[in-house]
Amino acid sequence: MRGRSTSRRHLLAATALVACSLPAAQARTIRGALPWSAGEAYPPPRLSAAGWLFFTEAEAAAVTAMANRLIPPDELGAGGAEAGCATFIDRQLAGSFGTSDWLYMQGPFPAGTPQQGLQEEHPPNRRYREALAAIAAHCREKMGGRLFHTLSSQEQDALLTAMEAGTSGIAGLRDKSFFELLLQNVMEGYFADPAYGGNREMVGWKLVGFPGARYDFREMLDRLDQPYTDPPVGLFGRPAWTRAAQ
Amino acid sequence: MTRRLPSTDVVVVGLGWTGSIMSLELARAGLNVVAIERGPWRDTAADFPPATSADELRYAVRQDLFLRPAQETLTFRNNISQNALPIRRWGSFLPGNGVGGAGVHWNGHTWRWHPWDFTHRSSTIERYGADFLPPDNMMQDWGITYDELEPFYDRFEYLCGIAGKAGNLRGVIQEGGNPFEGPRQREYPTPPMRLTQAPTMFEKAARELGWHPFPNPSANMSQAYTNSYGCRLAPCTYCGFCERFGCGNYSKASPQTCVLPALVRQSNFEARTECQVTKVNLSADGKRATGVTYRDTSGREWEQPAEMVLLCAYQLFNVRLLLLSGIGTPYDPRTGEGTVGRNYAYQITGGATGFFPGERHFNPFVASGSEGIVVDDFNDDNFDHTQVGFVGGSSVACIPTNGRPILNRPVPEGTLRWGSAWKRATHENYNRTASVGIQGSVMPYRGAYLDLDPTYKDPLGLPLLRLTFDFQENERKLRRFGVDRCIEAVRAMGADRVIRNEITGPYDIVPYQSTHTTGGAIMGADPKTSVVNKYCQSWDVPNVFMAGASLFPMNAGFNPTGTVGALAYWAVDAIRERYLKAPGPLVPA
Ligand SMILES: Cc1cc2nc3c(=O)[nH]c(=O)nc-3n(C[C@H](O)[C@H](O)[C@H](O)COP(=O)(O)OP(=O)(O)OC[C@H]3O[C@@H](n4cnc5c(N)ncnc54)[C@H](O)[C@@H]3O)c2cc1C
Repeated sequence: MRGRSTSRRHLLAATALVACSLPAAQARTIRGALPWSAGEAYPPPRLSAAGWLFFTEAEAAAVTAMANRLIPPDELGAGGAEAGCATFIDRQLAGSFGTSDWLYMQGPFPAGTPQQGLQEEHPPNRRYREALAAIAAHCREKMGGRLFHTLSSQEQDALLTAMEAGTSGIAGLRDKSFFELLLQNVMEGYFADPAYGGNREMVGWKLVGFPGARYDFREMLDRLDQPYTDPPVGLFGRPAWTRAAQ
Repeated sequence: MTRRLPSTDVVVVGLGWTGSIMSLELARAGLNVVAIERGPWRDTAADFPPATSADELRYAVRQDLFLRPAQETLTFRNNISQNALPIRRWGSFLPGNGVGGAGVHWNGHTWRWHPWDFTHRSSTIERYGADFLPPDNMMQDWGITYDELEPFYDRFEYLCGIAGKAGNLRGVIQEGGNPFEGPRQREYPTPPMRLTQAPTMFEKAARELGWHPFPNPSANMSQAYTNSYGCRLAPCTYCGFCERFGCGNYSKASPQTCVLPALVRQSNFEARTECQVTKVNLSADGKRATGVTYRDTSGREWEQPAEMVLLCAYQLFNVRLLLLSGIGTPYDPRTGEGTVGRNYAYQITGGATGFFPGERHFNPFVASGSEGIVVDDFNDDNFDHTQVGFVGGSSVACIPTNGRPILNRPVPEGTLRWGSAWKRATHENYNRTASVGIQGSVMPYRGAYLDLDPTYKDPLGLPLLRLTFDFQENERKLRRFGVDRCIEAVRAMGADRVIRNEITGPYDIVPYQSTHTTGGAIMGADPKTSVVNKYCQSWDVPNVFMAGASLFPMNAGFNPTGTVGALAYWAVDAIRERYLKAPGPLVPA
């Protein structure tokens, strides 16, 4: 069954690519019955637990610190660092998001109007690598030989605020556009299913009161405008269940 | 080398909503049908069971089920003086891909359009005079009336098991339904869905404002339903993962739940998936289609000869295929001549988000794609337009489809976007907000059209479709008027802070607005100004029929698929009852 689902996954992936680049993939002919076998399903990939897949240790430390300023730890719950936002971004950059495999990436790439949307020539993995290097150089050269994660939180906030406004003056960095990418990814990491490495202990969902992947809320139709009290559940259950099973 | 396959009676391009319906109807009529679909086969149990489908990142944000732009996209510009650039990542609309098409991940608001829509030009002139039409408009009647289409609306609603409340039964206005709808022969197949908190409040507020609220017609099921093909749907569980997701509960009408189980059992039907049709082949004189050419995933090229070709590839890709195949004359906005690509239209959207004081539990995650309350008082020609100075209008609705927190966690205006203040505002407001929105009609204009891009190509080397579009003053006025109504409603519901949602600059391809693109291969009474006749048959190549919103000469203030489905049944009826008996043009050119 595993083998089958793997090969079907290939087939699905193939639709995203140049048709001729995957000789193994086969177009299918379907007749007579639904082409389906029991137990066939495609969960999100299980994460490998340890280490970084894309970031270097230094990059990971910087992104962890940035995530922790964008979403600071406070009395409302964990910050971006503890929530695993950097792990989330690392796994995303190592996959099809990082490479923009699904997007239209053929040139030319002239500047467009804002209404024409994303026209970046380089995919997120390269944008992160270059931006983190530029930020590291800036901290080293302009901020007393330090690293982003060794700046004080006030300094970190000031730098992020300047990047957001496009006034950071960091050499070799289109700061505004990188800030938008970073903010988007940190928020994704805080609120996406924990299966992707962020939102640990479902902190993001607890912050707002989102119950997650429960898939049946009919009972609440009898209790309009009343609090929902069951704890959140992710695609792979809840930490408490998994711990109990160990 | 192109390999030639044995000929078939009918080849259907695209196996989404319209392709699956037309394939089944023609297979049941005894024809051999081959459907060719560029994306993969998809079914509920394997591709979106409850165990994996509640995944916001994968489906709503990374757009797993949609067409991947790497495979095919279009280019976009606001007007002909600009250089069109590729849509590298989808935003404003989200085209489907794979078996089921956009029917897999639609929301399921299932409308009949007003009788006025089909005669919008002549009716506007009759009531307000020709001077009332907006400048540069290309408004033209459809060549078909609501009354002709009524039985086929009925067929699509009963295919899907739509949950709703009739407002006009054979001319008699019904309490609780939409008093502005055209007459229908019978009630909806299933009763309306039960309401969640925000629509409950909106319904009350709308009544207090003197409006006529009614339940949104829903393709999410209020109860179990079995359709005439024997396909069965289950009650919706209000999981809050509908639009952009496949339904794991078999509770949303889609080709998967309503058509495909019956279709695959037809021994005279065959589907070929992951095969991209690149053109419709024509006879030497260009007057007859001889079949289609397609490429499979290994790059091999095939020719599928057929007696009849049905284009069911979604509005945008139907138009691209016509242009790639050289069927009909491409529209030229400079001269106003040519037909293929003209009358492109979209919908205009906007609304209001209210923040409510005190202890509130909207529980936005308790939601379905279509459950909610709608007001039709300000749509189309349902009110006197003399004072407002625009043509058309919008529905005003409270349909809270989800509380998925990556994309849906509103905070009041002026809140910072990150940091502790953002975190507190997010915590405090997630469960305390409700929105009311509009879907507005858009008239066709001379400068809004589709053609082939001169620069950008797909991976097969074929030119991408190019979209040239912006909103005009008529629609901007209409939106301002509609958004004002949304603000009144949200205030009447008790909000103390309100955000006005209205993009005022040029049409923007980035934020999602709706996958309700229309026109480009429109139906009509005159071959000089339309691509197909009233039976959806090509004027130029009579053994080619079309389906989808590419047929619409304008766009209304309602979602399109009710009308798309009705026209598919209407066209297939004409093929079965008229065309097969005497193949040839059904309307003299
Ligand atoms: C997120 C979302 C929400 C929506 N919500 C609503 C709603 O609430 N109410 C409503 O009325 N409508 C809604 N819609 C629109 C609705 O889904 C479409 O109107 C409907 O699916 C159109 O049917 P169709 O058969 O024309 O196209 P589709 O159902 O999209 O099918 C077209 C098929 O053709 C295939 N195809 C295209 N080109 C080729 C080619 N060259 N070769 C082979 N195959 C090809 C595609 O892969 C696709 O499978 C929504 C759409 C989206 C994306």
